[in-house]
Parts: sequence; C-alpha cells; structure tokens
Amino acid sequence: MVSVETYGEFETAWCPGCGNFSINKAMKQALAGLGLAPSQVLLVSGIGQAAKAPHYLKCNAFNGLHGRALPVAQGAKLSNPGLTVIAESGDGCHYGEGGNHFLAAIRRNVNITCLVHDNQIYGLTKGQASPTTLQGQKTKAQPMGATSEAFNPMATAVAMGCGFVARGFSGDIDHVADLLQQAVQYEGFALVDVFQPCVSFNKVNTFKWYKDRCYKLDESHDPADFGQAMAKALEFGDKIPIGVIRRYDKPTFEQTAGREDAKPLAYYTVDRDRLASEMLSFA
Amino acid sequence: MPETSVNILVGGEAGQGLVTIGEFMAKALVRSGYEIHVTQDYMSRVRGGHNTFAIRTGPDPIWAPVEDVDILVALDQETIDLHKSQLTGQGVVIADEAFDVGDLPALSVPFKELAPKPIFRNVAALGVLASTICHDIEDLEQLLTKTFGKKGDEVVEQNLEVLRAAYNWRKEQDFVVECMPPSLVDVGPEGSGRLMMQGNQAIALGALAAGCNFCPFYPMTPSTSIPLALSALGRDLGVVVEQVEDEISAMNMALGASFAGAKAMVATSGGGFALMCEGVSLAGMTETPIVIALIQRPGPATGLPTRTEQADLNLALYAGHGEFPRAILTPGTVEECFELAHKAFDLAERSQSPVFILSDQYLADSYRSVAPFDLNAYPQIEGPLLEADPYYVRHALVPNGVSPRVVPGTSKALVVLDSDEHTPDGHITEDLDVRIRMNNKRLKKAKVLARDMFQPVRYEDEDPERLLVCWGTTLGAAREAARLLTSLGERTGVLHFQQVWPLVPEQFMSALEGAREVVFVEGNATGQLAALIRQQTGFVAHKQVLRYDGLPFTARYIATAVEQSE
Repeated sequence: MVSVETYGEFETAWCPGCGNFSINKAMKQALAGLGLAPSQVLLVSGIGQAAKAPHYLKCNAFNGLHGRALPVAQGAKLSNPGLTVIAESGDGCHYGEGGNHFLAAIRRNVNITCLVHDNQIYGLTKGQASPTTLQGQKTKAQPMGATSEAFNPMATAVAMGCGFVARGFSGDIDHVADLLQQAVQYEGFALVDVFQPCVSFNKVNTFKWYKDRCYKLDESHDPADFGQAMAKALEFGDKIPIGVIRRYDKPTFEQTAGREDAKPLAYYTVDRDRLASEMLSFA
Repeated sequence: MPETSVNILVGGEAGQGLVTIGEFMAKALVRSGYEIHVTQDYMSRVRGGHNTFAIRTGPDPIWAPVEDVDILVALDQETIDLHKSQLTGQGVVIADEAFDVGDLPALSVPFKELAPKPIFRNVAALGVLASTICHDIEDLEQLLTKTFGKKGDEVVEQNLEVLRAAYNWRKEQDFVVECMPPSLVDVGPEGSGRLMMQGNQAIALGALAAGCNFCPFYPMTPSTSIPLALSALGRDLGVVVEQVEDEISAMNMALGASFAGAKAMVATSGGGFALMCEGVSLAGMTETPIVIALIQRPGPATGLPTRTEQADLNLALYAGHGEFPRAILTPGTVEECFELAHKAFDLAERSQSPVFILSDQYLADSYRSVAPFDLNAYPQIEGPLLEADPYYVRHALVPNGVSPRVVPGTSKALVVLDSDEHTPDGHITEDLDVRIRMNNKRLKKAKVLARDMFQPVRYEDEDPERLLVCWGTTLGAAREAARLLTSLGERTGVLHFQQVWPLVPEQFMSALEGAREVVFVEGNATGQLAALIRQQTGFVAHKQVLRYDGLPFTARYIATAVEQSE
C-alpha cells in the first residue's frame, strides 16, 4: 500500500513559511492517491528553490539544468512510457529560461505533467523579477519597477491548444493535490501552475494577497469550451480563478507517433537482419 | 596514387539537377565495381549560385579529391568559365550547344532536341556522360527504372528514351573518347554488391548497429543527414528520431532519454553545438552516456555554412564548464565513420561520459564505394542494468569510478541524478569533502577511456624521413601527398590520429621523434592538434600545412605547401 508516508520526510533548504512546503505535501497526497510507488514516478526539475523539490520526496529524480526540465522529462518519458513523469520547477525556470521548451512541449503533447511553482519572483538568486512578476513591481534589480508586462501562462497555454490547463494556490493543499491527480491522469501534456508566496523576496504577492483574490471555479465553468477557458485564463486582478481552466481530449505525441504501447527503450534489441537489409538499400 | 583515375566535375546552379546526374553516375560506377570519391561543393542557397559534384573514379582505391578535371559537365556557362583552367590535356567539356566553349575540346550537346522538356536535361547529360566514359547503358537503364519506378511506367519510359537518345547521340559524334579501364571487381547480374555511402550515412549505420535508438535533432548543415539516415534506416526498427525546438532541447532530451535507458545521440555542427555545451557539462556531472556527432564547418559564427574545416577540435575538447572526462574520435574514411560511431556508443556506456565523433562537411557529404559492413562483427552495445535492490545508489564510489548504472522505472530501485554536486545517492550536497571525493571519482574514468583507445596509425613509408601528421578527414589527401612527395625524392609517411583525445604519448612519440621532418597537416588556421600535442608532450612541429578556405585538402595542395617551405 502506498500512503503519504511512503514518500518520506526530508530536511529542506526552503525558508520557513515558503509555499514550497505545501506543494510538496500536495504532491505526496496526489501520488499516494494515485497509488503510485516511488519507483514508478520520475520528477524532473531545473534550477531554483522549487527545483530542489525532487530531493524532498522519495522517487526517481533528475535535477538538471536551469530551464531544461521539460526536454529531459520528455526524453525520459519517450524512453520509458511506463514512468509517470512530472517536470517540476519554478516560474523563472519553466517560463523564463525554458520558455521555448514550454511552447514546444505544449505543441508536442507528450503525456507528462508540468508543475510550476509560481511565486512571481526569483527566489534563489535573491529577488529579481521573474516572467510572472507584475509590471511596475519594484525589486532590487528593478528599482524603478519591472518594465516588461507579466507573462500569462494560462492564456498562452489555452491559446496554444494545451489540453489541460489548471491553476492552484499553495494555501489550499487538497485542491492542489486534486489538480495534480487530474493532470497526471490526463492523457497528454498537462500544465498545473500553483501560486505560492515567497516569504523572503516577494512583498507584494503575499499569502494574504493570493488568499484575498483566488476563488475556485465551480461547475458553471466548462473547461471544454475554448471561449470560457480563455476568459478565465485572462482573469487576473481583484479576482483570480483557480481550478481546471481548460480540459479537452486531443491526440498525444505517443498516439501520433505510433508509440502508445512502446516498450521501454532499455529493452530494445537491434533487429540485425532488418538492419542488414536496410544497409543494402545503399547498394 | 592511382594513375588510372578519371575526374568528372558536374557543375551548375542549385536546382538544375546536378546532384541527380552525379548520384546516378556514381551509383552506376559503384555497381560496376569502380572506386569512387565524391566531393560536393555547394552554396548555402536552394536555387541559383554555383555548385559542383565531383566524382573521381577508377579501378584502384581513391582517397582524396584532385584539382584536375578530365570531364567537365557544364549545366551553365559559369561552370565552363570557372573550371576550364582545371581541364587536363585529354579533357573534354560536355555542354549545351548554346554555351561558349571557346577552343576547348567539347561535346556541344543539342539538349533541346534530346530532351523534350527541360526537366529531362539532366538525364540527357547523364546519357552523354556515361557514353563518354563507355559505361554500359543497361546498367543505367536498370538504375533509372528502379529509381523512377514509383512514379509509374510512363515516367520511366520517358526517362529511358532521353537516356538512350543522348547516349547514342554521343556515339555518333566524331570524337575519340578514352574509355575507363575495366574494374577489378567481379560484377554479377545484381552489380558489384558494394555500397555507395557518405560519411554521415556511415555514422548513422554504425550508431544503429551499436543499438542507437534515440536522436532528437535541430537541422543544421552539414550534420542533418545523420538524423535523416537514422530515421530512414531505423524507423521500422523502433528508433525515435524527433525534430525539436533547438539544440539545447536536443541535448537535454537526449540526456533524459539516456538516463531512462535509451541509447541516445545528438548530431549538429559548430553553432548548434555551442548551444549544447551546458548539456555536455550536465552529462559529465550526472555521468550520463551521450554520443555527440559534431560535423564541422568553417566558423566563427555562421561562417561558411556548406564548406569544410577542422577548426572545432578545441571546442569539442573544452566544451562544458568544469572538469570531466571525454573522448573525441576522428574518422578518416567512410569505413571509419561506421566503426568509430559503433565504438563511440561502447565508450560512452563504459565510461558514462560524453563521446564525440568529430567529422566535417567534406567527409559528411563524400560518397565512397564501400564493402557491406559485417554487422555480426559489430554487436549491440550492452546497456545499463535493469534491476537493482531498493538500497541502490547511482554514484557508488568504486575503484575505477564507473558505478553500476541502473535505469529508473524497471525495478524497485530509485535512481537520482543532480546537476548540483551530490552525494553518491545523487542528492544535492555542499559538503566539500564529498565534493572532492565525487570530483575525483568522475575524473578517474579518464583512465577507462585511455586504456581503450584507437592508436594513431602509420600509412605509406614506415620509416620515413618526413612524416605528415594529420587527424580525421585529412587522412586521404595526406596519404596521396606522401606518395607524391616520396616520388619527388624524399621518403614521406603519414601518422593519422583517428582519436585526438585522450592522448597517450607512448603511442606516437617514437614516430614523431623518428622522422627528420614532422609536418602537421590540419584543416584550420592555428594548428590545433599540433598545439595540443605540444601542450601534452612538449613536441614542437617542424612545419605546418594549414588550410582554412573552406575546401578539402588535395595531395597537390599539401605537396606544394611542403615543397615551398623547404
């Protein structure tokens, strides 16, 4: 039997009060709920405080380079389709350094989950603006206020045809766990962006800031409807919707490439007779 | 050097079908048992410009291109103007009757009469060319029928008609041709059984033999033909070839796949590889096997995108921050492309390190006639372990530094990798004693690579007064140059490095010290191997012959440079 305890308890490098703790808990709850043993799970991360998460949960892990979690995650998934692969990193990693991979991964639609710890700031490098920092927000690196407009990952993903787009808030662990479970179960690329406060470096988007604004989407929202989904994806101000913003079925990369039932490449053996006949095509 | 070879140069604009003519003629020659050596010189554009496809052919082995042209097939006037000075005394120009050939010996072809539509002109040119070297027309008929068969009988018949008309037209001309000497190979009804293969195709085939099953790529000349060949040959074998968003993704995706049990490779050229460099370092840190085919072209930056150079030895050697072992293999022939690609997977797996295959545009695009490879002699490389107990640690400290590698997801064992410094179980650490132990562990694997490497090989004169030292694709021209220089009076030999890293001085110092004059021949401007050998051994080259105009070496280029510096 798999339970939350199965995934262990670890000492972390996170600040007391950091939203990462809640997301870590939600992840354990989701995996336990799905009945996945640690050996069936692969967490892939990049660099940042969020990217340390795979070290604080018993599982297979690849803590790679800044911005590159998604390519590694897709490579691993295509190599072993039986693994549950989750690319877990922060907003700077997934949306900034890894922005091109984020766009390409949505288009490619490999059956993985992309979990973004979104605290709207760079934490590990001590408080510079991230892609989701609001325009005008002052930081040590942007003393006159961030000049660029904030990136809207929800609207971008919906516009690009992402099949599963969800947002959570670390203040509601059960809700985040539920979103993660749905994302893992979804066949295709699933995006889960989770707001979390950065207690050390983001004095604007605090726990209270999120708490006051986030409201759960109810049954009146139809995530299969593009128009409704886009409207919710663009809603960002005094009220911010959380929940499954967009969900519909579409062919996965594995289906399109005919690799749905592919065995892990680790079991691959060269068909030498066939290769020999391919070689003779050069004669 | 073969005295009996004929050099055919087909020239014209991109889009005129000169590669089709060249490939058909080359294939026909290979099927008839001739040796071929193709050099492709093309511009970075899809239409127009000036491109050439040179086939040097004959019954004896041919190792390098030559400047002299025996038969110039000119699809445009520019080809005549640019290459007439290369025509030999017995040479002939094959060109449209409308072109100005001056007083050159020429077959002025009425292409308008022979080809009903412009699209058939290249087949007409092929017919005249084949007839000029007395190549059996039936052989070409078979080849055309096989190639155009998919397009229907009508297309085949139209092409055959043009081919025959052009072939026979040449025979009616009052023009004495010198036929090719007979080939030395027994040719059965199915042809010689030999393969017409380019360097990059051989890299792909060698990789597939080793068990390569994953190649994410971003297109970049002159490397793209590797993933294309992997896809064409490996699709039915279950090989995953995916075009991705950029080279950074290609490298990281390959590492993710390798970690999870695939035999992964990437293929790129200088600029694309520059983007992969952080990933090379990640492979070093996480001890993940990866094969990197780095097919050079002249830099810096975009440089000359479709030409050749050997200027990225330093890049391959120093790519990636931090210190970790690697191997760099440098094939000199199409056969070595196959063999070294196979070996690259073996070395990558056994050292859990990045392994490079460093080639360049010249060999990448050069067709040769090769015997079919004995695939049984190149077994699939053993992969990582599929099982371990639940207490498994990925980077266990073992005497040779190579910890047992298990893949995630096939057993209860958990596998953890980190780009940060880590403890043996793969988890992040800033314990500085652990840092030293782990760094030493990784560096120890260099010995595994040094124990099992390709030794430099001597060619031509075994006890020469003068030694030409070269690496990678310069081998053929160096061998022909050695023979030329020997015939001019000084015994000259060749020392060829088919692996430039690691270097084991005991393997080559006696050769360097045994010659009166040691000349490094490299396709770059600064003598990168010479500098590396000096750094490693203190040996200083007596002379250097360097080329960096984007073209491959020839025997004459090397011999002239050596003689001029006497």
